[in-house]
Amino acid sequence: MIAEFGHYALLLALAFALYQMIAPLVGAARYDAALMRSGIGAAHAQFIFVLIAFMALTAAYVGSDFSVRNVYENSHTLKPLIYKITGVWGNHEGSMLLWILILAAFGAAVATFGRSLRPEFQARVLAVQASVGVAFLLFIIITSNPFLRLDPAPFEGRGLNPILQDPGLAIHPPLLYLGYVGLSMAFSFAIAALMEGRVDAAWARWVRPWTLAAWMFLTLGIAMGSWWAYYELGWGGWWFWDPVENASLMPWLAATALLHSAIVVEKRDALKVWTILLAILAFSLSLMGTFLVRSGVLTSVHAFAVDPARGVFILGILAVFVGGSLTLFAWRASALKPGGIFAPISREGGLVVNNLLLVTACASVFVGTLYPLALEAVTGDKISVGAPFFNVTFVPLILPLLVLVPFGPFLSWKRGDILAAGQRLMVAAILALGAGAVGTAIIDGGPVLAPFGIGLGIWLIAGAVSEIAYRIKLFRNPLAKSLNRAWHLPRSVYGSAVAHAGLGVVVIGIVAISSWREERITVLKAGEQFSIAGFEVTFTGTRPVRGPNYSDTQGTFRVARDNETLMTLTAGKRKYAGAATMTTSEAAIHGFWTGDLYIVLGDKNGEDGYTVRAYFNPLARLIWIGSVIMFLGGGISLFDRRYRVGAPRRAAAVRGAAA
Amino acid sequence: MKRLLAGLALAVGLVVYLAPAVAVQPDEVLKDPVLEARARALSAELRCLVCQNQSIDDSDAPLARDLRLLLRDRLTKGDSDRQVMDFIVARYGEFVLLRPRFAPHTFILWLSAPVILLFASIGIFVAGRRRWRNPDTTPPLSAAEKRKLKMLLD
Repeated sequence: MIAEFGHYALLLALAFALYQMIAPLVGAARYDAALMRSGIGAAHAQFIFVLIAFMALTAAYVGSDFSVRNVYENSHTLKPLIYKITGVWGNHEGSMLLWILILAAFGAAVATFGRSLRPEFQARVLAVQASVGVAFLLFIIITSNPFLRLDPAPFEGRGLNPILQDPGLAIHPPLLYLGYVGLSMAFSFAIAALMEGRVDAAWARWVRPWTLAAWMFLTLGIAMGSWWAYYELGWGGWWFWDPVENASLMPWLAATALLHSAIVVEKRDALKVWTILLAILAFSLSLMGTFLVRSGVLTSVHAFAVDPARGVFILGILAVFVGGSLTLFAWRASALKPGGIFAPISREGGLVVNNLLLVTACASVFVGTLYPLALEAVTGDKISVGAPFFNVTFVPLILPLLVLVPFGPFLSWKRGDILAAGQRLMVAAILALGAGAVGTAIIDGGPVLAPFGIGLGIWLIAGAVSEIAYRIKLFRNPLAKSLNRAWHLPRSVYGSAVAHAGLGVVVIGIVAISSWREERITVLKAGEQFSIAGFEVTFTGTRPVRGPNYSDTQGTFRVARDNETLMTLTAGKRKYAGAATMTTSEAAIHGFWTGDLYIVLGDKNGEDGYTVRAYFNPLARLIWIGSVIMFLGGGISLFDRRYRVGAPRRAAAVRGAAA
Repeated sequence: MKRLLAGLALAVGLVVYLAPAVAVQPDEVLKDPVLEARARALSAELRCLVCQNQSIDDSDAPLARDLRLLLRDRLTKGDSDRQVMDFIVARYGEFVLLRPRFAPHTFILWLSAPVILLFASIGIFVAGRRRWRNPDTTPPLSAAEKRKLKMLLD
């Protein structure tokens, strides 16, 4: 019964979405306030009914109702409750439902918090947002209905996929979706602005917090996926340039560019046309990511051709939204009046360079990801594009950007002084070059330029600190005065400094793990030992361990340094009940200040030996710590006074009163 | 397959095969560390043909092991890096290379980003210079604005 309820709720949500797509637009065209306002109610209703559908599916999962096909295929009574719940989005249909839920939630947020927007503008935003909702609700209902029944109902479900039973993976998709779908807000605002032919600072003030929120979740989602790969895949790799990863990296790069260009729109009324285009591109890349992972086109072009229903549907959605929005852009962009003028060396100029490099880097990922598919589809030739390709195309584009980052905040608007900026960054530069030089002198092994990679990270961090120090006039004013200035500095300044410093932390982590990781591959019998990175590791044997729905073979390792035992680590190989051939590695990972000791128990080798792989990943954790710092930087910026809900309207009112 | 970033992978509905990575086996490792380092660097450039986006250095598939052994065999026989790669490409096709060669069929792949960067830079330079040279000129009135002005003045 509850499944039918959910199904019915989906249909009702579609009806409300259809209404919300049309009525507010008509209302806006006719200046009919009541009709425009009705869109607000529709947005709330759409959200509520999608939520009901989602809860219905969740209930079916929690109650292990195997008469629902989706539950039968993806759940199992033996699963712990938490993984029954997360199993809802651990499959195609359920994850699309989550996608729609988040989309509708954003729509409802505009309806609720958008009261200070001009009513016509809000109506248009709601209508565009609803059009995306309609497309995806139709997609779910027609090709991916999660509420189909099975008769007779099986006694037990099939799904006990062990990789889904992991906390990292359980929250990774919702985070990523919040990011993907969050970019729909930037898209809806951009399309509504094109319809009106009007983009101003208030527009940017509305778009920026939504884009920032989407960017924060994308950052966290990508980092979470990478962290999962690091601890679960069993050799400490953290990024593979896999098409599925690239599908999330591209919207991230575009969103990062959009965040920066929206600042120029807000502060200087320039780059408007470009920012609109970027908003469209960012969401288009999100849609394309959805297409890539949903259609099966990545597995092989043939798999896609054999069962094309879903893929073609999403391709259709992609064509309509990307094609439609770009056509609208081409038609209407000229209506946007160019704004402030700036010198090449200026804050605006710096942000243009930021956008240039980010977008080109994004393009290189785009081509690298799609070219093999296109080539195979057109000529039948198969080529591979993997990590070595991206290392030589993407990295050279990003490196100069990283070098330039600290300069940006020191350039003033309109006309900046690069020499003065350089002077203010002198301390940071000395620290960075010093770190590189000292590193070269004391570290042997690894690539020659690697110490300067560390220097680059320090340059970013020190540059961010220098900016704050400069703005509060540290050491040039009495301390009390500096503290007072620090208190009054806008939060967005802190936010960007923290995010840039976080980027530096990530860079240090990446350079360190890529340049100086140590590896030992050996066969060990109980009692034998090996040494890695100054640790002596002794294999003390294995023992079987049973968990609730798996059995483990656990190897224990005694770790010592200078003949002093530090700890005992356990590395397991886990076999899950029900999944015949499925084993996962439970690597032993211990984080030291200098890096992670990472031990993997391999297969049995000979009579009583085991293959053992050990790695020392120097400073690896900085990659994820830095990502979280970037996320927090975004959060600090999000709570800047300027972006408080309703701020644009109130600020305008105050200005009006003053005049 | 196991290298798929899983959150999305599970969303794809692909069956993700996830075994502990047991790529390079202890018995494969060459005695000569210099040769072994070369072997590792080359294996990172070669695709495991039966896997999805995984190099033979990371893959535990039997075919990947065969390739690793073949590679090391050629290296110990004194082949240069280039010779080894040519040998393997001749046998397995270009699909085996994770970094495709620069050839007519990959021009678009290799040149897109540089060309975009070049043209975008030129575009920004030209547009910026034109506007920066005459910073104080306001854009001329559009036809509609002229009409409106005329209406107001008349």
